[in-house]
Amino acid sequence: MAEKDPEKEKRKIKAVARMKEIMTTYYIEAKMAEGTGKKVAWITSGGPVEPLIVMDVIPIYPENHGAMIGASKMGADLCEKAEIMGFSRDLCSYARSDIACAPINAGPIGGLPKPDMLICCNNICGTVLKWYEIQARHFNAPLFILDTPFCHTEFSKEAKKYVLKQLYEYIAFLERNCGKPFDYDKMKEVGRLSVEGQRLWRAVLDTAAHKPSPLSAFDAFFHLAMIVTLRGTQVVVDYYAALLNEMNERITAGIGAIPNERYRLLWDNLPIWYRTKWLSEKFASYDACLVADTYTSAWCGVLKYIDENDFLNTIAEAYSRIYLNIGIDQMADEILSIVDRYDVNGIVMHSNRSCKPYSLGQYDIQKIIREKRGIPSLIIEADMVDERSFTESQIETRIDAFMEVMRGT
Amino acid sequence: MNIEDLHNLQNDPYNYALRLKKEGGKKVVGYFCSYTPEELIFAAGATPFRIFGTRSTINLADAHLQSYCCSPVRIALEEALSGKTTVLDGIVFPHTCDSIQRLSDIWRLNVPLPFHIDVVLPVKLNSESAREYMIDVLHKFMKELEKNLEVKITEEALRHAIALYNKIRESIKTISDMRLINPSLLKGSDFYSIVKSSMIMDRNDLAQILSHIIQDLGAKKETPDVTFRKRLVLTGAMCNHPDFYQIVEDGGGVVVWDDLCTGSRYFEGQLDSTGDPVISIAERYLHRIECPAKHSGLSTRAENLLDIVQNKNADGVVFLIHKFCDPHSFDYPYLKKHLDNERIPNTLIEMEDQASIGERLKTRFEAFLEMI
Repeated sequence: MAEKDPEKEKRKIKAVARMKEIMTTYYIEAKMAEGTGKKVAWITSGGPVEPLIVMDVIPIYPENHGAMIGASKMGADLCEKAEIMGFSRDLCSYARSDIACAPINAGPIGGLPKPDMLICCNNICGTVLKWYEIQARHFNAPLFILDTPFCHTEFSKEAKKYVLKQLYEYIAFLERNCGKPFDYDKMKEVGRLSVEGQRLWRAVLDTAAHKPSPLSAFDAFFHLAMIVTLRGTQVVVDYYAALLNEMNERITAGIGAIPNERYRLLWDNLPIWYRTKWLSEKFASYDACLVADTYTSAWCGVLKYIDENDFLNTIAEAYSRIYLNIGIDQMADEILSIVDRYDVNGIVMHSNRSCKPYSLGQYDIQKIIREKRGIPSLIIEADMVDERSFTESQIETRIDAFMEVMRGT
Repeated sequence: MNIEDLHNLQNDPYNYALRLKKEGGKKVVGYFCSYTPEELIFAAGATPFRIFGTRSTINLADAHLQSYCCSPVRIALEEALSGKTTVLDGIVFPHTCDSIQRLSDIWRLNVPLPFHIDVVLPVKLNSESAREYMIDVLHKFMKELEKNLEVKITEEALRHAIALYNKIRESIKTISDMRLINPSLLKGSDFYSIVKSSMIMDRNDLAQILSHIIQDLGAKKETPDVTFRKRLVLTGAMCNHPDFYQIVEDGGGVVVWDDLCTGSRYFEGQLDSTGDPVISIAERYLHRIECPAKHSGLSTRAENLLDIVQNKNADGVVFLIHKFCDPHSFDYPYLKKHLDNERIPNTLIEMEDQASIGERLKTRFEAFLEMI
């Protein structure tokens, strides 16, 4: 075996092993759930998972499945399978690849565990509504839709009343499908753990404000899985506490995510899952570190709306005002605040063919940032899972040209 | 106005809006999609004016929208950025799909108009809380209209709006029914021009024109079309291709019904004229067959499509789907499966707004007509 490069070894995040262990256990337990009496619920990444934890239901995230499919480079093949089923190639590749897996147990983990129920919160897009309708038909399982009215310029009092009402309808749905009453005391504890997990995740991401940054957005994409899937449990709190420690140790030891950090960039939109390594190395070759992103911070961006002592009643607003459910001028404000907090000097925007609510409006956001901060930005058109929409030579040329501009500024 | 005038209206609706303002002194409020509660705009004394694209080339909108955004949205923005919509006194965006949602943001930041209102309707339509929210949002919209148009919307005005809209919708349905019995009475392109004009014209003038059209059609002494025509149902968002109907008719077919938002979804469903006017408007949206960007159940759209085919004695179904239209594209495989199970011939035409149908699609479509 070739000798390990000590320089590279030093930069590896040690918590990764623990993360893999936790996620493997989580998926094995979920796959074994059938026959144990434990229920499985599919839920969207932006949906309130906490009531499921209270009810001891195993949450499963088809979007996380999509990310795994992309990272294991199975996207193009599965997307093609969906196209044979009649789904247009222009549709979301998370949805397409997951839909293709369901009837044949395909994909990196041989298909997701069958849902006993599905929870669809449309705060991230309208696509999840269609996707969950399709899976609810396929599995013949009950579907609960949590409808979070879009906040173009405001979260109206009418919307607040509506979402709050639905949270109690959601609980009634769970009681009906689990055959047991909801434990409101346990909800308080789960809510507290959820908030603590989000705070720690925020703290982990904030270590990137240090120069050099101890972690990059590519690391954040990986460590994100926990706050998405197991939010509201002790295991998340323990994990991120350990990760935060490790990041602080790296800061003390002067270990950065890349060897010679000169440029600090922000990533916008979902990752290009099948090319994270290539992109990370490409930017590192220019001494550019992607220190922040709009995607992973979405799972702690609405903490300000949550009162942990009144969790259930305050998450109506928090879940409705997440990054993708607000107007593009508010999104631009959010990016500007990240730019300032992390001292970012360039933006990389992934114009993601799969995600219209995230991508349409990027040109205007780019313009706002240019006007308000005068920093350059690059738009890469690709897709998060479907490799067929990634043209390496073209993207490489664009990155090269962008980094030339960065060098000149 | 005759039918020819209605066709011309489609080519330059903005000029019509200008005349309406100059001659009638009316305010004109632009809107998108059939989920806009037009009755409230009318009750506020303004003319609701649906934005349809009139051009096929995109230049200005390319600076704001990626190529993978659907053509109706890109074309609408192009119209606005090129100054066509300056005639409007305001714009209303109802919440439907992800693309219209972002179009609203981009429009608000780039197209200066006296007002911009987002009507954030519920996406879910089949629950008690959604019903309540729908009513709440309509009240909120009414207040915003009152403020921006500086009027008071009286109960009397609401009742008048409801009565007029019922009359208009009933008239369009009557015309449609007359065509069902005798398709040669009115060409498909004429019928759909009538429906689209209904979303643009001064509604009082419209009601009269529709009455005249019904009289004229009733007076036609033509015997019912005895030639065998293949009866088709269209399903999708909208059809902005007048030549499409020509292709159908030249190929020996006839469109007998549709599930389009520029068709039956616009004119079906009467408003209850006795109860609370706002609740009546809400109820129509809650019970009307939904756009796939909304949710009324897991099989409502398939059941509705099968009912249409059966009730209108149709021979086949044509899916007319805009490229990059997510909600319709997601529903296509399941709707197709239901049709296939019942052995109902169907075909998919993926199109771009305003662009011509194209020879290849035309040939494919003609083959479909021959096959059924």
